[in-house]
Amino acid sequence: MKRALMILIFFVALILIWEGLFRARIWSPVLVPGPLSVGRYLDGAILDGTLWHATVVTMRRLLFGYFLGIACGLPLGLLTARFKFMEDTLGIVALGLQTLPSVCWVPLALLWFGQTEAAMMFVVIMGTLWSVVIATDNGVRTVPPIYAQAARTMGSSQFHTWVTVIVPASLPFIVSGMKQGWAFAWRSLMAAEIYVTILSGFGLGHLLHYGRELNAMDQVIGIMLVIIVIGLLADKILFSPWERFLHRRWGTMRQ
Amino acid sequence: MMAVHEELQNVPPEKLVVEGVSKWFRTRRATMHALDNISLNIREGEFVCLVGPSGCGKSTLLNIIAGLEAPDSGRVLADGKPVTGPGRDRMVMFQESALFPWLDVMGNLMFGLKLKPNLTNKERHEVAEYYLQLVGLQSFLHANIHELSGGMKQRVALARALAPNPRVLLMDEPFAALDAMTREQLYRDIQEIWQKRRKTIIFVTHNVREAACLGDRVLLFSTHPGRIQEEFGIGLPRARDINSVDLAKYSAQITRSLKRHLHLEMAEAAG
Repeated sequence: MKRALMILIFFVALILIWEGLFRARIWSPVLVPGPLSVGRYLDGAILDGTLWHATVVTMRRLLFGYFLGIACGLPLGLLTARFKFMEDTLGIVALGLQTLPSVCWVPLALLWFGQTEAAMMFVVIMGTLWSVVIATDNGVRTVPPIYAQAARTMGSSQFHTWVTVIVPASLPFIVSGMKQGWAFAWRSLMAAEIYVTILSGFGLGHLLHYGRELNAMDQVIGIMLVIIVIGLLADKILFSPWERFLHRRWGTMRQ
Repeated sequence: MMAVHEELQNVPPEKLVVEGVSKWFRTRRATMHALDNISLNIREGEFVCLVGPSGCGKSTLLNIIAGLEAPDSGRVLADGKPVTGPGRDRMVMFQESALFPWLDVMGNLMFGLKLKPNLTNKERHEVAEYYLQLVGLQSFLHANIHELSGGMKQRVALARALAPNPRVLLMDEPFAALDAMTREQLYRDIQEIWQKRRKTIIFVTHNVREAACLGDRVLLFSTHPGRIQEEFGIGLPRARDINSVDLAKYSAQITRSLKRHLHLEMAEAAG
């Protein structure tokens, strides 16, 4: 309760400082709109449905591409960790592509897929995939061999050991890889949405882009706030429960 | 004639037979002769301790009996059948607990039980609870592994190894990392469980006194290459106390022998 109050006070203070700076008229109100006008913009965007619509479009691209990326990355990471041949081929490719900033996929995606949903999806998948492959590979390699030995003496077959021992034992790595993949995917999707207009759906990036075109700073800041809130929520909803579970089970929680 | 017949009947069958097992470890730099022509018979229900300096290959032999490693020559028979891989009839308890940190205590016990067919889940739970009770941890059913002390972890590991009801228990220095008090308690516990559940146990240790306390037989290993140097029968009644004077005599005898072999080896190496 006390903690919630603290948080509330902090953010109210932040908004008050913002309002104060706005009223002091140090900068042009066109460049620095006050919290009230940003609030008015958000209110309007919520009421006429544009904000909701854009959020749905963006989240659909993001979640769909993200989970597809994980679904491909996890087994590929297991393969590179298991087979020397895969390590020497796919492993090197994954390592190389992971160092490529995922925004760099945007031009290629547009040339390949045109201005379509597929292009957006492709960018998100490329952002997610390689991080997950590398993290899974890393995680599997750090699993103490004694776990697999113990499982085998208990009658676990090769495949069963992979599913019930190796994968759960590397969960801490896999989850942090998923988190990194999420961050990459989210950033590259925003870049792609700002960069190009996809006629099949206007996402949050487009709203941001048109805010600039229309010189509507209240819209720019409003959408930025929405993007921040989505990022926070994703962290709290998607990853926090996992991380809490891992910390509790592995005993890595800081007191 | 009858008496002889009866006597023959009463001899427990050979549970494990190790026949001329040798093992080399090859690295880029050197080849190490880890085990040299080891032969060994272990009867049903016997408690055998393998003792020797570190690097004498006693853990390797245990792994070969477990089926986790293959010998370069020779073979191991379990109940007359050659060992080709790990099996539920020969459960291993490792030096570090090897418990799965992503599962709680119950989950760890259930891991092996779930792999055992012909049991309902309810029965599996009952079995798991029984063995947790046997090691005195029934109130830690849903504890996380990291919340347990070292001794408790090894108790859970013991319960996990016992739960699928293996006939043979292979223990690789399971108490080495524990403090003396905890260890003493576990010596009592393991003897009690062994008597109650009639397991065949092979116990690897470098602690001579521990070996004398637990084993019916103590096999002394020498290094380079690993050989069984000497065998000692420990004719003391159970349950034995690690601090008893009688036990000290046995352990002194084994220690003397161990030192003699070490000196011989060093002289050989120097010469």
